[in-house]
Amino acid sequence: MNLLLLFISAAIVNNFVLTYFLGICPFVGVSKRISSAVSMGLAVMFVMTITAAVTWLIYHLLLVPYHIEILEYVSFILVIASLVQLVEMFIKKVSKPLYDTLGIYLPLITTNCAILGLALFSVLREYSFAESMVFGVGAGAGFTLALVIMAGIREELELSNIPKPFRGAGITMIVAGSLALAFMGFAGLI
Amino acid sequence: MDINTLIIAIASMGGLGLLFSAGLSLAEKKFYVEEDPRIEKILNELPGANCGGCGFPGCAKFAEVVVAGEVEINGCPVSDDEARKAIGEILGVDVDSGEKQIARLMCQGGNYETAKKAEYAGIKSCLGASYFGGGEKMCEYACLGFGECVEACNFDAMYMSENGLPVIIDDKCTGCGKCAEVCPINIIEMHPESHKLFVFCKNLDGAKTARKVCIKACIACGICVRNVEEGQMMMEDNLAHVNYDIFGKEAKLPTDKCPTDCLAIIGQPVIDEPAEKVEA
Repeated sequence: MNLLLLFISAAIVNNFVLTYFLGICPFVGVSKRISSAVSMGLAVMFVMTITAAVTWLIYHLLLVPYHIEILEYVSFILVIASLVQLVEMFIKKVSKPLYDTLGIYLPLITTNCAILGLALFSVLREYSFAESMVFGVGAGAGFTLALVIMAGIREELELSNIPKPFRGAGITMIVAGSLALAFMGFAGLI
Repeated sequence: MDINTLIIAIASMGGLGLLFSAGLSLAEKKFYVEEDPRIEKILNELPGANCGGCGFPGCAKFAEVVVAGEVEINGCPVSDDEARKAIGEILGVDVDSGEKQIARLMCQGGNYETAKKAEYAGIKSCLGASYFGGGEKMCEYACLGFGECVEACNFDAMYMSENGLPVIIDDKCTGCGKCAEVCPINIIEMHPESHKLFVFCKNLDGAKTARKVCIKACIACGICVRNVEEGQMMMEDNLAHVNYDIFGKEAKLPTDKCPTDCLAIIGQPVIDEPAEKVEA
């Protein structure tokens, strides 16, 4: 039950993108079509889940016993960067068109603050291994959710008549802001 | 901090790094994607400026689509004949190199020539000015003069003149079309190098308004059309057009007949002195 609550909290109530405002770059960059938003979301979810597991192991089996917690940032970034490389190779092999659609945003997952944030949060909140895995999956699911909602809205926007000054970046920011406001409604749910 | 911590730190981080790099190089072998070796060879022949003039995200992408046969070799407007020939050899095809394109500003309405309708104090950008009231010039087809095109140029081929108009240096212009792309009022056009005669105006207003807003506007008087052979020039929507398809080089050029000097030949000295200011 506790794990389920944690999942819902990470995915919806404390959504990484819309409540913590982490990972805004891919949120704006890859949310033009639903299909690429889903793939991007899944890629981030994969990286987040594995990151949560590996960083937990590194932190509790390597950094804590040897009292070198100061190196958490370095080692976490190392983990994330390697994982992103792996995902990049995998996607390039499996689906070249998808690789092209995600473009620069795929390697940029490395610098996605949502992922480093996830690793640091689970250390800060002293999650157990299982909890931190669930937290990772939940945060990834939340990221995917935010990305897909945004992409859905932006696909509709393509067909609507937007006032000239709001076109492009302007309307995107407004939509993102409104979405964040909507997600505030979940506050206090858990 | 004692020396032990240091050693542990170095050893643990080094160990992690080694572990991950070993894993990655294994994965690299497993997920290796074979790429056409021609792509890299072509990439070496391309200018490498990643200007996007071809319409693709960069030189690497262009090399890819050229190998796939989706675009012609001369799709890269920046590469010179030599590079095109080399690419043609790699692909085993003959190239007919397209003529070099040069950007031309279709406006002579600088600060001296055009009437002002207001003082513009907004953001200093062409795009910004075009959204909010269309800048300070009366003519809505005139250059906004904030030099967004100059900034967009990757090849230092443009500068802003004293008169507030961008000047294109023919020798440096590679024809990538970046400047034409960023211009919010589309008054920069790409033309083959051999085209010399232009109507340097895009104003579609009638004579009365056009004359009021700019002393160098095309007022659609039709004198040029009457002074050339049938079909060489025509009048459309209050604006004279040159028909480059049938305009012979030896044809009599009616530039001296143009009452507002908007029909001119590139290469002729452009008047850069303050002309008589027009009153709104």
